[in-house]
Amino acid sequence: MAQVVLKDLNKKYDEVHAVKDVNLNVLDKEFIVLVGPSGCGKSTTLRMIAGLEEISAGEIHIGNRVVNDLPPKDRDIAMVFQNYALYPHMTVYDNMAFGLKMRKFPKAEIQKRVQDAAEILGIQELLKRKPRQLSGGQRQRVAVGRAIVRHPQVFLFDEPLSNLDAKLRVQMRVELKRLHDRLETTAIYVTHDQVEAMTLGDRVVVMKDGWIQQVGEPLELYGRPRNRFVAGFIGSPAMNFMDTTISDGGSALWIECQGLRLKVPADRSARLAGKKGQPVVLGIRPEDLHPATGADPADLICEAVIDVVEPLGSEILLDVKVGNNVIVTRVDPSVRVKQHDKIRLAFNPERIHFFDTKTEESLL
Amino acid sequence: MVIERRWKKWVFFYVPLTLFLVGMLFPFYWMFITAVRPDAELYRSWRNLHNTPFWTLHPTLDHLKDLLARTMFPRWLWNTFFIATVSTGISLFCGLLAGYALARLKFPMAGTLGTAIFVTYLVPPTLLFIPLANIIRDFQLGDTPWALILTYPTFLIPFCTWLLMGYFKTIPKELEECARVDGATRLGAMAWIIFPIAVPGILSAGIFAFTLSWNEFIYALVFISSPERKTVPVGVVSELIRGDIYFWGQLMTGALLGSVPVALVYSFFVEYYVAGLTGSVKG
Repeated sequence: MAQVVLKDLNKKYDEVHAVKDVNLNVLDKEFIVLVGPSGCGKSTTLRMIAGLEEISAGEIHIGNRVVNDLPPKDRDIAMVFQNYALYPHMTVYDNMAFGLKMRKFPKAEIQKRVQDAAEILGIQELLKRKPRQLSGGQRQRVAVGRAIVRHPQVFLFDEPLSNLDAKLRVQMRVELKRLHDRLETTAIYVTHDQVEAMTLGDRVVVMKDGWIQQVGEPLELYGRPRNRFVAGFIGSPAMNFMDTTISDGGSALWIECQGLRLKVPADRSARLAGKKGQPVVLGIRPEDLHPATGADPADLICEAVIDVVEPLGSEILLDVKVGNNVIVTRVDPSVRVKQHDKIRLAFNPERIHFFDTKTEESLL
Repeated sequence: MVIERRWKKWVFFYVPLTLFLVGMLFPFYWMFITAVRPDAELYRSWRNLHNTPFWTLHPTLDHLKDLLARTMFPRWLWNTFFIATVSTGISLFCGLLAGYALARLKFPMAGTLGTAIFVTYLVPPTLLFIPLANIIRDFQLGDTPWALILTYPTFLIPFCTWLLMGYFKTIPKELEECARVDGATRLGAMAWIIFPIAVPGILSAGIFAFTLSWNEFIYALVFISSPERKTVPVGVVSELIRGDIYFWGQLMTGALLGSVPVALVYSFFVEYYVAGLTGSVKG
């Protein structure tokens, strides 16, 4: 049980600055997820915590120790790799026992711990098999089992589910979450899949180009993204963005672009007052647009033409054209529409986001 | 359609395969038939009415007895075996460490070093034996097995290094990283995880190295002069050809016995050896 602290962490390869000034405080027993597109530095950060990459600058604390110069074996961590990394020449039992044997645990203790872990993961019948005789999901369990027998201070997961098929991935995701609740061990989990990040993480760290973009609880990231990147990365389908201009309509501010003229909600006006006459990026999530009814105020409605209809069963995604912009909206399956229909869409005023055109920072 | 396909299979598969096999195996057959042919038949004129060059009706073991009793062939066999084993051992050890380092460790000039090692393999022994002879003389190793044991690695180490480097690169590095996180040192991860997985590669490097030293001719010819210290390839040629007299029966028996161990080694390990060359490790 330990907290992990990253202080001004940097990683530079010859020409690439992969991780830039990362500061992060992972609390004891917390499940934290690093998420971002490929090449954002998330895996490198994890590998530095594991001791598999050297640290160019900064400090890593695990528990009360600075571990910068400790070899991986002395950091009291366990890691699960994307390709499982099971030792092909050993049985499942030996795979799981390897770490304990290396640490010279007594045989009885090893046996007990392996049995316990196998029971938790439901792989007791597989202990005598070799890895090549296992399915993808079974290998994944063995890899997790190998990590938990050691009772380490910290679990590190490097995209552990991305080699599984979609159905199994959802199942293992739930199991990992349950496992974490049961073991109460600090866990750091790297993924490029924002759904995994949102569902697993107590807190989520969004990274891009080596920088941390935002750290927060899943719903906080979703509801109040700090910049345009986070807003676009978290959520599926992604948030819609439109280049608009703020204009002064006397009593209120208006957002304008071709085919769209909306009144800025009163509570947002103060923050946007300085942007009069300037371009801003408007962001709206697909579910925050709905077919307009009589109850919606006229100044929050726009006209759109339906381009593509994607029925998903529980909902329908509509790709619609508003002026030059194509945006996506998520509507109830009871809505009957077809391609090229005209539709009036109302904006949910509390859920409109504004981003600076240049810095892409949120203006809220 | 089916008939046409069968016809094509014959022309493009069976016929070339048969020709290839006959071409490959005929020398061995010739070696064998000469080894058991009595002298009277061996030295008979080709135009003789009863000449049967491709078979014999009076097989004999005289040449074998003669070879074992009247030459130092058993001694040569032992010499060859000893020299090939020790030099293969040395080369495998060096090749393992060097191949691992080149495949896994990051250090300056790693790529250049790898290429340099490969280039040394390309230097022909027919040139290299001249400076090597000098060195052998300076260290007073001439006419001892050590002259060969220490010179064979000049071509065996680059060979083993490259073969093993290629093999190590096919082993996912996560296996090793996982072992290090699990509690092994780098050397421990090498010994417990990487080497056991690399057994096919190590075996094929070993077999190749062993065969290369077993068959080596020029260094053995130059550095060894006493008959009792010779290796099979040199001994057979230098002691069984006297001037322009060829003891064909003994020569061929010697060649046959000399190639048997190599053939045995290959046939025992053929599966490993194929896996070693094609690299097939899954994590």
